[in-house]
Amino acid sequence: MRTTFIKTLCEEARKDERLFLLCGDLGFSVLEQFADQFPERYLNVGVAEQNMMQVAAGLAMEGYSVFTYSIGNFPTLRCMEQIRYDICYHRLNVKIVAVGAGYAYGPLGVSHHATEDIAMLRAIPGMRVTAPGDALETELVTRRLCRDTGPGYIRLNKAGEKPVHRVPIAADCLDMIQVRSGKSTAVLTTGAVLGDMVDQVDARALEFSVYSTPFISDISPHQLIELCQRYEQLITVEEHQLNGGFGSAVVERLADLHAAGKISRFPRVRRIGIPGTFQGFAGTQEYLRAKAGIVLPDKQDQHVDR
Amino acid sequence: MQENISTQLAKRIRLTALELCYHKKASHLGGAYSIADILAVLYAHHMRIDPEQPDDPARDRLFYSKGHACTALYAVLQESGFFDGLDLHEDFTTNGSYFTSHVNHQLPGIELSTGSLGHALGVACGVALAAKRKSRGYRSYVIASDGELDEGSNWEAILFAPHHALDNLVLVIDYNKLQSFGRTDDVLRLDPLGDKFKAFGWHTIEIDGHDHALIDAAFREAKQTSGRPTAIIAHTVKGKGVSFMEDTLAWHYKSPNDAEYAQAKAELEAAV
Ligand SMILES: Cc1ncc(C[n+]2csc(CCOP(=O)(O)OP(=O)(O)O)c2C)c(N)n1
Ligand SMILES: [Mg+2]
Repeated sequence: MRTTFIKTLCEEARKDERLFLLCGDLGFSVLEQFADQFPERYLNVGVAEQNMMQVAAGLAMEGYSVFTYSIGNFPTLRCMEQIRYDICYHRLNVKIVAVGAGYAYGPLGVSHHATEDIAMLRAIPGMRVTAPGDALETELVTRRLCRDTGPGYIRLNKAGEKPVHRVPIAADCLDMIQVRSGKSTAVLTTGAVLGDMVDQVDARALEFSVYSTPFISDISPHQLIELCQRYEQLITVEEHQLNGGFGSAVVERLADLHAAGKISRFPRVRRIGIPGTFQGFAGTQEYLRAKAGIVLPDKQDQHVDR
Repeated sequence: MQENISTQLAKRIRLTALELCYHKKASHLGGAYSIADILAVLYAHHMRIDPEQPDDPARDRLFYSKGHACTALYAVLQESGFFDGLDLHEDFTTNGSYFTSHVNHQLPGIELSTGSLGHALGVACGVALAAKRKSRGYRSYVIASDGELDEGSNWEAILFAPHHALDNLVLVIDYNKLQSFGRTDDVLRLDPLGDKFKAFGWHTIEIDGHDHALIDAAFREAKQTSGRPTAIIAHTVKGKGVSFMEDTLAWHYKSPNDAEYAQAKAELEAAV
């Protein structure tokens, strides 16, 4: 994902000379291609993420379209107030890119487990939160955010994600994208856990539909109403805390639609994610996902015991 | 000080770190090697700690801010008897193990989980302040890297410690002149670093961070300093001890292949 991201950003930077890339002293063997081609629009600001966000804000005030790049919690949680006040309140053209979503850096420990970022960033007005599921989605969100003029966030996994989409995605797509069709249950995922869920559906021959949600802030009421008509059960899946994350976003919108009388029946929604815990031990991404309980249930009526 | 003891300890730290990074394909050997001598002197001669009572309220505390270079700390704690009954070599980075590849406080002898840079000094200020308020005699040591001095959080703490006369606090800077994506001089200049600390009110000592006698003398001098905290600016070489790792950016990331492992091991073992 990070290589697709930087390749796409380089292509966009060739077309748009406002594009500027800042990094917080990392990106070895990833960012060099941008730095070499556009040295005037690249800067390593040092291990100083809060200042990176403020410098980005300043560059954006003067007309640049700025991308900031770092790992997981560092360009996000570390800088919450700079993001909220300097960038979002002023509606500045700054896009935050965090690599290492969820447990992508599993063995490194809790410092590198990025598991609360969706909740925190999606709470800020005007922030477009995205989490691509594979390389094609990475390209989609990167190009989209290059065209946006306000704040955005890209939550990247790392590398080696399974390619899920086989056909190109429309450039203006903001909707959930269907990748498998089944019967009465729809699995809604966000981020790189998509590949894992598709594998589980295929391997276990589950009759579930699967939808990927690269644009978490843009879940459309129309699409939700349609999903409620077609499915009895929705299962949300994210490599993120259950509190405030993607599943919460879905449930909040459903509740609003229900309260407004736009859906007559509230579907059964099962949220799969991290159940409010730190996983303080080492582990591969696969291991930590399983430990957190990020596994699909077998049948639609089986309850996930925690 | 018996220099032989810490020299041998430093050698074992480097060898253990090599084994861990080689067998578990882990990174950050460079930063483990630049700090190995300082850790050796600190644990051989200064830290008042007891592996039988890792939570003894009277113990000295070490806050290891550069948590990515965990192999050196794990090695010295192993040598000091903190991991008896645990299997560092087997469990490092394996599924379900607390031996994460950034420092983890779930392990005995470790005060604070780190790995996100720029956290430890502020926490250590709180711990040192608590000692003052409660009239406790323990000392707090912090080991920070040069790159992480880019973080503003450190400078808030650098203001705080002298203001509150925290003379029970010692900060060691592993000044190896390299950070993740370049030289400190190119990314964000720190020099004149000693002058900065002096201007902020710290008792400041600059040493060769690989000279055990000088390291020992600096820790002694810190103990005799009253009314202000001590900053030891240790000029070091990233990757120190293995010729092809010294002062190279790549060894922040690489884990040794078979040939590199063999050569590194031979060089480290040959050292006196
Ligand atoms: C807050 C934060 N930002 C970024 C990183 C990623 N990172 C890991 S090590 C490092 C810098 C390494 O250089 P330095 O701090 O000088 O350590 P040393 O040379 O002692 O290895 C960076 C930027 C991090 N761990 N924490
Ligand atoms: Mg350094």
